[in-house]
Amino acid sequence: MSEMMAGLAARAAALGVPLTAHVDLTYRCNERCEHCYLDHEDHGELTFAEVSALLTQLAEAGTLFLTLSGGEATLRRDFFDIVALARSLGFSVRVKTNAVLIRQAEAERLRSLGVHEVQVSVYSHQADVHDAVTKVPGSFRRTVNGIAMMTAAGVKVVVANVLMRRNLDDYRGVRALAARLGAACTLDPTVTPHMDGDRSLLQLGVSTEALRDVFHDPDLMDPVDSSCLAPPVDGDEDLGNALPCSAGHSSCYVSPYGEVFPCVQFPLAAGNVRTQSFGAIWRDSPAFHEVRSVRVRDLPTCSTCAHMGSCSRCPGLAYMEGSMRGPSELDCAKSFARTGIPSAGMLERAGRETARDVPAGVAFIPIAQVKSGRRPAPAAAV
Amino acid sequence: MSPRYVARHPMTASRQLGGEMIVMSAGDSRLFTLNGVGAVIWTAADGVTPLSEIVAAAVCAGYDVDASVALQDAEAFVAELAEHGMMLVSDEPLASDGGPRP
Repeated sequence: MSEMMAGLAARAAALGVPLTAHVDLTYRCNERCEHCYLDHEDHGELTFAEVSALLTQLAEAGTLFLTLSGGEATLRRDFFDIVALARSLGFSVRVKTNAVLIRQAEAERLRSLGVHEVQVSVYSHQADVHDAVTKVPGSFRRTVNGIAMMTAAGVKVVVANVLMRRNLDDYRGVRALAARLGAACTLDPTVTPHMDGDRSLLQLGVSTEALRDVFHDPDLMDPVDSSCLAPPVDGDEDLGNALPCSAGHSSCYVSPYGEVFPCVQFPLAAGNVRTQSFGAIWRDSPAFHEVRSVRVRDLPTCSTCAHMGSCSRCPGLAYMEGSMRGPSELDCAKSFARTGIPSAGMLERAGRETARDVPAGVAFIPIAQVKSGRRPAPAAAV
Repeated sequence: MSPRYVARHPMTASRQLGGEMIVMSAGDSRLFTLNGVGAVIWTAADGVTPLSEIVAAAVCAGYDVDASVALQDAEAFVAELAEHGMMLVSDEPLASDGGPRP
């Protein structure tokens, strides 16, 4: 996040404005990605009229940055009508898609509507690996064609590469492919539990050891030293008062069924726009009030952690793991992989569990002995 | 001097945040923050109302400022936005309002 965006998010949070909203238009999908956390059955999606009312209410509430996603959002027959409506309401629109259904006409429509950015998931530069993830033969070819159509039409495309065990060796190839297609590229090692609570998907994620190698890849982290330095010793005086995340403060998520949550990764139901206005939910929901009451100093484990100033801790993942105020095991692993220094959450778990469960290489290092350094980058965006 | 017409560029997105207008250009992803007066002109830039009328009705009515000075400042302001590709400026009325409403 740029400094200006961070400043805007902070101002929006202070004003109680949902500056950023992510709306999933459908959970239906034409791919069956092995790591996907969604139930693809249609349980009664918002109609165009309901989406229209939602977008109008989001605009009135002050939302500027709108992500339209799914499932596969382009499966909706009214997808372009929704994009056109969103643009007419003044949103900066980002679309997330697998691009399988994007041809020249669709690419040119996205451009003419002034869509700010299209994010496309690509799992490998090798068709067989990508198609094995999506479980749809030929999906790689169609996705790459879709990206090419969009970049040719002048649409800004960002390739999103989710890093898993299956495609661990391919991220450099994906990056090169994105560059050839005229697209940017991001790398994300986060695999989340299924929305029904099933955590078996997490087995698809990369190991801490593999993640360490990725975080130390000089081609990704620039400069690698500043990204992987130990966390700073002296805590930021204001850190205790900081917000753990923008979720519920200046950003929110709305499902295809109208349910409102703090974030797509934070399944704490706050209300439904089918029964209440978005503004009432955003303003009055007890769920949002609870999320907004939490400051870094209120996190019993994380507030003592040496990584707190640099951690990419996701309160949604922590919530799914048991408590929105607790550590997230996945983010602890990221901090450890980046710096080689165990987090407070890891040490706490190690204290609870038997010694054989402590990750290899973990040893207690008092915070006072941790070497000071520049703050690492919070994520492996490339 | 012939009237000047101004319109928000169709590739922009914008929203009021507090007393300011946040404007994003889809072309190059740049973000701009316009102050109160800038926000008033941005919102009123519908492509069919002459800039002089916008300044008289929306700026001079709300701020204690000399009309000719205000128009001069507004001309410079819209020229700068046009330079950044965020606003359309023409001697003729623009066909539509040029862009999404903030």
